Amino acid sequence: MVHAIWIIMLTAGIITAMFNGRMEDVSEAIFNGAEEAVALCFGLISIMVFWLGMMNIAKKSGLMDIFTRLLKPVAVRLFPDVPPKHPAMGYIMSNMTANLMGLGNAATPMGIKAMKELRQLNNDSEEASRPMVTLMALNTASLTLIPTTVIAIRMNYNSANPAEIVGTTIAATACSTIAAICIDRYFYYRKQKKRKG
Amino acid sequence: MSWMSTVSLWILPVLLLIILLHASVKRVPAYDSFVEGGKDGFQLAVSLIPYLVGMMVAISVFRASGAMELLLEALKPFLILIGVPADIVPLAVIRPISGAGALGMTTDLIREHGPDSFIGRLASTMQGSTDTTLYVLTVYFGAAGIKYMGDALKVGLLADAAGIAASIVIVTIVFGM
Repeated sequence: MVHAIWIIMLTAGIITAMFNGRMEDVSEAIFNGAEEAVALCFGLISIMVFWLGMMNIAKKSGLMDIFTRLLKPVAVRLFPDVPPKHPAMGYIMSNMTANLMGLGNAATPMGIKAMKELRQLNNDSEEASRPMVTLMALNTASLTLIPTTVIAIRMNYNSANPAEIVGTTIAATACSTIAAICIDRYFYYRKQKKRKG
Repeated sequence: MSWMSTVSLWILPVLLLIILLHASVKRVPAYDSFVEGGKDGFQLAVSLIPYLVGMMVAISVFRASGAMELLLEALKPFLILIGVPADIVPLAVIRPISGAGALGMTTDLIREHGPDSFIGRLASTMQGSTDTTLYVLTVYFGAAGIKYMGDALKVGLLADAAGIAASIVIVTIVFGM
């Protein structure tokens, strides 16, 4: 499905430009987009190296295990297919906490590590396993407690109360997270049913 | 307000402090562990380049060509019909596709309508409450080398729709129109 979206975005863009004379913008967009992506990846290098390094300390000292134990009741329900003591669980937990604290930067390396561990758990298959889809769903819904960027923008434009949207954001993000979990479960059980019947 | 910005400034350094203190108590060679763990970071970030270049070129072509506007025009009557305010429609559509695009649009909406208007609050809530699905999908599955994503995209997009609907309802209830 991502293949389809990718092809549609590119072809629809180029064909639209044929008719409305924006071909120049399009060829510019190709190079700008590529450049932006590489810049983004280079920006990620520093964050990845730093957080993966820090997390390795936490892993070795056993801090991550303490953490995993604390969140275990929730995690075991959300990820029933992952053995509670598997390293993947530790990374999933740190990913969830980083998101919760609004540390999107730290969440990405943890999430990627978790995905890699989950792939190994799934016999190195190139297919997304159930816990992978669940993890992905949780991350796109991104349960955030403090939306720092938005608060900063609101301050910039002289809001009387820049942080007043924190409450509504938490409520909305909670709704989308719960929805993500439910939808994920729904698709999973539908597939199970199909396989059986 | 001030306590909240203090909290967000303190969270990170305090977390690092806890990690380092715990490592010292447990007599873990912290610096060596840091270097060892960090080694993967470069490799991981670089391995994402082809995935992100592909995706971001497609997104910027889609936007620059005007195809995005066509999609918006097509979706607009439907979205307005189910109760999405007209001004917020572009943001609702772009939020799952492009993080940078959505951030720019949120900023525009806040500037235009004022941060304390209904639209300003709604845009703020929407921007803060979900992440860019296409980006998360590209980065996470790209780095792990997953080719067959199953229902992941559908789940992500439907969750976004739920988040957008929730934002509209909640902001209307809390702040009124």
